[in-house]
Amino acid sequence: MQRIGVFLCTGCGIGEALDVAALEKVAREEKVAHCATHPCLCSPEGVGSVRAAIDDGTVDSVLLAACSPRAKAQEFSFDPLKVAVERVSLREQAVWCQPPNHEDTQLLADDLLRMGIAKLAKMVLPVPFTAEISDTVLVVGGGVAGLEAARAAAGAGHPVVLVESAATLGGRMAGVAQLLPECPPYDVLHPNRTAELVAKVQGDPRITVHTRTRITSITGQPGQFAVTLATEAGEKSFTAGAIVQATGARPYDASKLPHLGYGSSPNVITSAQLDDMLAKGALQRPSDGSVPQRVLFVQCAGSRDPHHLPYCSAECCGTTLRQVATIHQLNPAVETAVIYRDMRTPGQLERFYLAVQSQPNTVLTRGEVAQVSGNGHGPLQVQLRESLLGNDVTLEADLVVLAVGMVPNAADGEAVRALHDALLRAEKGDSETQRKDAAALAQQLAHHQGTEILHLDYRQGPDLPVLKYGFPDSHFICFPYETRRTGIYAAGTVRAPMDPPQAAEDGWGAAMKAIQCIEAAKRGAAVHPRAGDLGMPDFFLQRCTQCKRCTEECPFGTLNEDVKGTPQLNPLRCRRCGICMGACPERIISFPDYGVDRISAMIKAMSVPEEFEEKPRIVALMCENDALPALEQAAARRQRWSPWIRVIPLRCLGSMNIVWIADALSRGIDGLMLVGCKSGDDYQCHYVRGSQLAQTRLGNVQETLTRLALEPERIKVVELSHDEFQRIPEIFNAFAAEIEGLGANPMKGF
Amino acid sequence: MSASPGAHPLLVVGAGISGVTAALEAAEAGRKVVLVEREPYVGGRITRTHHYFPKMCPPSCGMEINTRRLERNANVRVCVNAEVVNARRSDAGWSVTIRHRPAYVNERCTACGACSEVCPASVPDPFNMGLTQVKAIRLAHGNAWPRRFTLDRHACPDGCRACVDACTYDAIDLTAEAREEQVEVGAVVVTTGWSPYPLDKLPELLGGKDPDVIANVHMERLASPSGPTGGKILRPSDGAPPRRVAFVQCAGSRDVNHLPYCSAVCCLASLKQAVYVKEQLPDAEVTIYYIDRRAPGRNEDVLTQVAAMEGVRLVKGKVGKITRADGLLKLRVEDVERGVLVEAEADLVVLATGMVSNLKEEPSPFGILLDEDGFGLPSHDLGLSVAGVARRPEDVAASVRDATGAAARAIVATERRA
Repeated sequence: MQRIGVFLCTGCGIGEALDVAALEKVAREEKVAHCATHPCLCSPEGVGSVRAAIDDGTVDSVLLAACSPRAKAQEFSFDPLKVAVERVSLREQAVWCQPPNHEDTQLLADDLLRMGIAKLAKMVLPVPFTAEISDTVLVVGGGVAGLEAARAAAGAGHPVVLVESAATLGGRMAGVAQLLPECPPYDVLHPNRTAELVAKVQGDPRITVHTRTRITSITGQPGQFAVTLATEAGEKSFTAGAIVQATGARPYDASKLPHLGYGSSPNVITSAQLDDMLAKGALQRPSDGSVPQRVLFVQCAGSRDPHHLPYCSAECCGTTLRQVATIHQLNPAVETAVIYRDMRTPGQLERFYLAVQSQPNTVLTRGEVAQVSGNGHGPLQVQLRESLLGNDVTLEADLVVLAVGMVPNAADGEAVRALHDALLRAEKGDSETQRKDAAALAQQLAHHQGTEILHLDYRQGPDLPVLKYGFPDSHFICFPYETRRTGIYAAGTVRAPMDPPQAAEDGWGAAMKAIQCIEAAKRGAAVHPRAGDLGMPDFFLQRCTQCKRCTEECPFGTLNEDVKGTPQLNPLRCRRCGICMGACPERIISFPDYGVDRISAMIKAMSVPEEFEEKPRIVALMCENDALPALEQAAARRQRWSPWIRVIPLRCLGSMNIVWIADALSRGIDGLMLVGCKSGDDYQCHYVRGSQLAQTRLGNVQETLTRLALEPERIKVVELSHDEFQRIPEIFNAFAAEIEGLGANPMKGF
Repeated sequence: MSASPGAHPLLVVGAGISGVTAALEAAEAGRKVVLVEREPYVGGRITRTHHYFPKMCPPSCGMEINTRRLERNANVRVCVNAEVVNARRSDAGWSVTIRHRPAYVNERCTACGACSEVCPASVPDPFNMGLTQVKAIRLAHGNAWPRRFTLDRHACPDGCRACVDACTYDAIDLTAEAREEQVEVGAVVVTTGWSPYPLDKLPELLGGKDPDVIANVHMERLASPSGPTGGKILRPSDGAPPRRVAFVQCAGSRDVNHLPYCSAVCCLASLKQAVYVKEQLPDAEVTIYYIDRRAPGRNEDVLTQVAAMEGVRLVKGKVGKITRADGLLKLRVEDVERGVLVEAEADLVVLATGMVSNLKEEPSPFGILLDEDGFGLPSHDLGLSVAGVARRPEDVAASVRDATGAAARAIVATERRA
């Protein structure tokens, strides 16, 4: 039998603004085991009183009716495996945003307390998770990023398996003689130390290297990935704890740039081809082997161009400067010209740019190259437009180098899956139309055929999902290693355009995340963003109807399906957002401290005044990561809003289950607000697409509302950023006014 | 790998986005970490940034997750109002002295605000770069974490105890004294960040001389809802919305007389700020004067977006001089495209000033080798890393990347020593 203790704080103005005796009465009506007040619950004495009640067995579940869970988290921390804790924000959600000692303020506080007790009464303790966890880190790709990742993970004491599809390690940098300077005075090229790095990795007893090897399958979850490789010596299987994907990038296909002469003249080459040439210590015209007297570099060849690569590859300007310097080392008499749109040499690379600029026989100028023409024999004609040398100027060159951008060596896992599904539907679809549409979709997606790299046995596809432009990443500013597959981290140029030193750093960063994921798996704890959360999702599968919504909507590919479509849980892939819980129409998914019935209980615990009392009730389901902090910021600034609103924080708006809307409306709640973060391409959701999913679900509900003769306006979705606290009063008050205008929920009292 | 019991903690110096990241990544892998920050809150410069490029999202969104990670992870010990004053090599790795400034407001503070209400003294708000006045005792900013008030003791009137009397939690001690603490640590990550290049070093551009010539960092505060104008972009001279806004790129950067290097973020900061202006003031004319438009990677999207905006012009040209005449700011620009010297007018000028590594003015006690601009150089010693802008000018995404890598280096260093 659960023993709930309610601990009421009267500090921070709570005692002055609210009738605490009335709150105690509410607690007693809910038949809690213990109820106490303290003038400053977060003080060592206050926290001590809570601990004493736990230690002497008076209570095993703690309700702290004080300030927000975002305040004093360190003070109010109890063993999560022993004590269930719920916090009620009397301070932020009642005292700071409502007039003191007002009837409506008290009703709000009473409700908040009832809701907290109701939720706590449904909470259970997490069960400690133990499983055998592999310490091994699998690194896919033996370029600079992969080598550094291997070295980092091995250095931290982890066994490493490094897989490379080519015959040798080192990747694109292996053959380059010299690299850009990283140390003062930043004006001369530095020796390339990639070969030393390769030797270090090959000589490390903790690192097993497989070259000419591909992955044939990866099943399982972090800590327990079962990996199968196709090596030269045959198939090989092992278990890995985490994976770093460092598969690099390839140069953009220059044959798509015929206007720049590629393909029509052998003397038009890419910067990668020039690197190959310079690695051999020879600068030659491919047409006749002669030494070119004039070499012209075309920057942004196919880059920053909506018809080719819309993005900038970030390293081509530096690469060109490096190549100009190398050419002049080989032969100072060669004239070099660089035609650029913007010279992009950030940081101290600026000094190297200046050094190259000051070399004789070097021209660097802004312009756009319209056309490169010429055939194998004579000089090439390079036609410029909008250049600083004038408009429509034509230059001659013996060798033209196209500084093409980079394309990530990544497969779009979701697209591969979509192709697979489309092919299946095209064959076995229910109707002729369905089969035809599926065939058309399969045609569109056909270029994804056979692109798999990781071969993940995941319901949502065999590789990492990708962002715009094909880079696998999600929160690339704040949390750059958070791919959407737990335990698999992208590093280097596959993740974002970057230069070799940055790729090296990226290898270390991704290795850090891989090590961390393994450590978390050992404790059964979640990784980012709910790092350390020990609560695992629970599926009551006897009632599952195989609708597959959970397996489709999980942003992290946690769930696989068996042949019937029943979800198969991989708990160590789970990030605890609860999106599956929101998706499930049977409400069979829950977490120890979060679940459909917990939130339903909160909604049912609220008091709903009769219609004649003219006190409408509104439930605001709010994302606890962005919307709720915005509300608390508004409260801290003592802004005020309608007292009719009862806020229920959600882990993610995507965990919103539509049964809550039914619960609320059938109880006579007059309106609901769903407040989440910004969706779309530049989404801010920490779980990628929570607010978007909530909106889709709501779309389905609104039809039902109309059928029930309830106004769809009773439910409103709001996108709110973390910093938009100023909008809170306006949004809340406007919605309250709208609900007042609509009149009472006709289901009130039924 | 697992943290051996009794292993020495890692030390992270500076709790901006780089330091917070390095500390958290190591702590979540089971390592003990001491995170030292001289300000009263963590987050550093990003807390004063309105939005990040290229997503135009508030930095507080990511920091919300990071502070939650910090307050729920017992492996990290956060020391705000503290500095490392001494360090020497030891068997553990490093033996360091941390100086804690006097804790006038202690951890019993509930951030209720009663002290601030009665405080009679005001100071220029350092969070808003002196653009407004705040009480001497206050929460440093809306999302400050640790969520504890801070007191500028030097601003207290003689004998005033108003805050002490108002506090019912015994959280204020005006007699608190500084203390020093000796800590053995296994490895060190230095993430001491940057300061903006001072405006008053650019007198030819009226930097520090005209209220309507502001720096990019000021523009971040003007656009922020928590800033001095509640998020309204207004001319500091008269509080009116500007009609013609000029952004001067490379103001004191890529310039041998100032900062010879490129700060790597200013182009994108100005492009982003052009969006702030156009979103609020659609009729305002915005001109960005640049040498090169540096928007690497997917940041190119921001350039594409801004270049297509009506009322925004990007002009390749170096602004050599700014004067004030007839109530307007006059910019002398060498228009490189057309090869002419032109004079342009504006009523608000934003100087895109660069970043100066804080190691330049205040070298750390760890003996880090610096380049001539004060950026920390990488060493072969994995037990001493420099990350973030203390290492090189870079944006937040790159700082987070480098800081995560630095955490791995620190762990490897302690593994080797174990």
